[in-house]
Amino acid sequence: MGPKLYFLLFMIPLGVFGQTKISGRITDTKNKELRGISITLKNTYDGGTSDSLGYYRISTSEKGEQILEITSSGYKAIEQKITLNGQPLTINFSLKEEISELKAVVITAGSFEAGDQKKGTVLSSLDVVTTASANADITAALKTLPGTQQVGESEGLFVRGGTANESKIFIDGTLVNNFYFSSEPGLAQRGRFNPFLFKGTVFSAGGYSALFGQALSSALILESIDLPDLSSASLGISYLGLSGGLQHLSKNKRASWGFSYSYTDLSLAFKLIKQKPDYYNIPVLHDLDANFRIKTSKTGMIKYYGTFGTTNVGFRYADIDSLNMKDAFTLKNINMYHNLSWKEKIGTGLKMIAGVSYSTNKDDINNEFQNADNVKQNPNNFYSFKNFHVTTHGNYANAKLVIEKKLKGLNMIRFGSEYNYSKDNSDFTGNSGSIIATQSVKENLFSGFAETDLYLTNDIAAKIGGRVEHSALLEKWDVAPRISLAYKFRDNSQLSVAYGIFYQDPERKYLPTPNMLTFSNSTHYILQYQKVANSRIFRTEVFYKKYHDLFKTSNYNGQELAVNNNGYGDAKGIELFFRDKKTIKNFDYWVSYSYLDTKRDFLTYPNAIEPPFAAKHTASLVMKKFITNIKTGFNLSYSYATGRPYYNIRYDNNATQYKIYDQGRTKDFNTMSFSLNYLPNLGKKNAKVFSVFVFSVNNILGANNIYSYNYSYDGRYKQPVTPPSRRFFYLGCFLSFGIDRTQDAINNNL
Amino acid sequence: MKQVFLIIAIVALSNSLFAQSEKYKAAMKNNISMLDSMMSKRNAGELANNFERIGDAEKTQWLPYYYASYTTLMNGFTEPDKSKTDAIADKAEQLINKAESILGKENSETDVIKSMIASAHMMVDPQSRYMQYGPASSGNIDKAIQLDPTNPRPVYLQGQAKFYTPPAFGGGKDQAKVLFEKSIAMFDKFKPETDLSPNWGKNSAQYFLAMCK
Repeated sequence: MGPKLYFLLFMIPLGVFGQTKISGRITDTKNKELRGISITLKNTYDGGTSDSLGYYRISTSEKGEQILEITSSGYKAIEQKITLNGQPLTINFSLKEEISELKAVVITAGSFEAGDQKKGTVLSSLDVVTTASANADITAALKTLPGTQQVGESEGLFVRGGTANESKIFIDGTLVNNFYFSSEPGLAQRGRFNPFLFKGTVFSAGGYSALFGQALSSALILESIDLPDLSSASLGISYLGLSGGLQHLSKNKRASWGFSYSYTDLSLAFKLIKQKPDYYNIPVLHDLDANFRIKTSKTGMIKYYGTFGTTNVGFRYADIDSLNMKDAFTLKNINMYHNLSWKEKIGTGLKMIAGVSYSTNKDDINNEFQNADNVKQNPNNFYSFKNFHVTTHGNYANAKLVIEKKLKGLNMIRFGSEYNYSKDNSDFTGNSGSIIATQSVKENLFSGFAETDLYLTNDIAAKIGGRVEHSALLEKWDVAPRISLAYKFRDNSQLSVAYGIFYQDPERKYLPTPNMLTFSNSTHYILQYQKVANSRIFRTEVFYKKYHDLFKTSNYNGQELAVNNNGYGDAKGIELFFRDKKTIKNFDYWVSYSYLDTKRDFLTYPNAIEPPFAAKHTASLVMKKFITNIKTGFNLSYSYATGRPYYNIRYDNNATQYKIYDQGRTKDFNTMSFSLNYLPNLGKKNAKVFSVFVFSVNNILGANNIYSYNYSYDGRYKQPVTPPSRRFFYLGCFLSFGIDRTQDAINNNL
Repeated sequence: MKQVFLIIAIVALSNSLFAQSEKYKAAMKNNISMLDSMMSKRNAGELANNFERIGDAEKTQWLPYYYASYTTLMNGFTEPDKSKTDAIADKAEQLINKAESILGKENSETDVIKSMIASAHMMVDPQSRYMQYGPASSGNIDKAIQLDPTNPRPVYLQGQAKFYTPPAFGGGKDQAKVLFEKSIAMFDKFKPETDLSPNWGKNSAQYFLAMCK
């Protein structure tokens, strides 16, 4: 073999025959150019990247039959056989979008999501604690979103013309029966749960998923945190009390346990801030909670969370029926809550989510009729009913199982069942001192549900589901369909619609009923437009809600009980929300506005009227600014609501029906709150302690707000229902002692 | 005659193998040489595609995927729409995972990239993501230093982190300057394992150091 031949052989792989040029344009199916797409001559280094107009150019020394391929995330892979022979080729590609979580439309009708991970979230978990008016109370933060009312005289979320009882709260899938501290007359209570317990929040103002039920208006779905990042201890000191806790993360980082205890005593606060009620038992609260979390597999996790708390409070207020007498109200509460949940992958594309929760709640309420010198009176007359003692004892158990099966693409089906047990016992002791009524109401509610997520393309998605419920108490079945759809426009804005029927049991305080009742129900129709772009969110929602079979109540031996399902009502409105983190640097604000037009006939209403818990116009502005130089965050929020109606409804013995004797409208409500968070150790890597100082003032402008009016029994007097103090302030400090080895390691290496 | 064929076959085979690895080196060198100018030319995305293509064709080399991950991230930093950053960082993570699985382990250089991936996620919303991604960002720098104390890149990244952290949070130019100087001294001594091994960062460190003055 001569040297010439050898030379020739050597040259073959280096491509002596020259280059072939391939060029073309890459577009999507709508012929819109795609930029930055990689195109490859399969199994070679040769390829190109499309430019801003979608054009690519490849020049290759490969020969013969080859495959040109595009594998770009978000698009279906595409291959084309070509023959390279030195002749320039022009090949255009039109890529089909793959249905992917990243690009697919998200169904958002009716719901606001808060979380740090998922897309389409409106608030982050941190927002809940940095909203000035919220004072780290989850539902108070939600009151700055559209759809909610600024009701301050009782706890709970009043959503789109619904009562607080029409909003249900779920933690890790299961119902929470006593989310708030026990009611006191005229005073809204906080939620029992610390916002830092939750990593995700979905607040649905309507049209929520078939996985949840028994709430006519709204569902608040909370997801608890997973394993902590590190072991830590925490300490909280404020002028309202003390708290402390411990979180331990196991060495293999697969399990953790923790507990915390908090003691609240409002003595000092009530000395500094004058309260309208005259407290003889200044509120003292003990709250203990414990948790453990175990990682059972790569995606599986068992979580437990439990609380135990006691409250003791007593105060006097002027008796409205007798001008110079007083009512003395004492409440002792014991509450316990346990929640255990388990998430596990049980096969390919198959997931199980199981949860059980159990809680008990004991309220011991004593009311005394006292004279001006705070001495108990034992009248034999009309006023005798003012001396009473009620103990209520509730036992609640909930269980839920959801199986989730992943189908092709993002399509999914979920199905499962839920069981809710409740038993409410109450003993009522009157003026005579003996028990005059012992009642027990038991409910066993079974539900089955199924739901499917369908993605036709990245631009069209549907969620279709249904729920069947059976109530042992009512001896009734119900079937609740739920449908929602979303469509994404080319500019990434989207339109969602939702429809659904929702059923609910009668409120326990109006039971036991002397008659046969059925579920109340509501039908929701929601249309939403949303645009999210670069740190700005705009959304607007129009809704119509129709109520059927609402409970009418009547007086039975001094007790207001549900008597029939002849009530009805509707609510319609429009809501706006705008959030902007971009226009002004380091400044974040959101604005929400709700217009609500609602009327209903329920309880003792003589006909359909605007209910006293619904304002026509409600608006909120929330602003946040963090100034890094001084490590301080400043938060301001302002809420406004037009006046709400109030009524004097009494039974007319002559006409044998309830009648409105007087009515009016409160003046407009407005409140501005301010809070400040100072984080002195932020960014100090060698700091052993991380501390946060919080200072907040509610109603800084001192607006004289009136929530409603109470009437005397005969309607001759009316008294405004107002906040217990005009302003309230909070000052506290939270310290956490992280046991974090990585930080030490870094410092040693520097 | 049989022998001639055999010789031809052997020669052809060895030539093509030799040429293949020459071709690999040439292609890598060509792309690596463009790293320095990718930010000004805004072609990091194109380079990322080139590296990934080489990785896909070679299948047994970790460096193409390593560079693909690095350039994907650098391309991500030029993306003005923050809502796309997470997807870009996820892509970079896929690539660095491929590199590590070919390598069979993590090394100082892959940890540097993993730290940058966590930082990219964090930058989308630093205030609320700090707790989640902060430890991964600093933890991987720390591992990178442990695995190779002579590697200047983790030190350069520490400097960059300090540079972008306000003095009130324990950062600032003064502290960053010390780290950039330290990294430059390390860059001067650093000997890459092969001429294709990672050796980027010195220019950037000098650029940042100039801004610290």
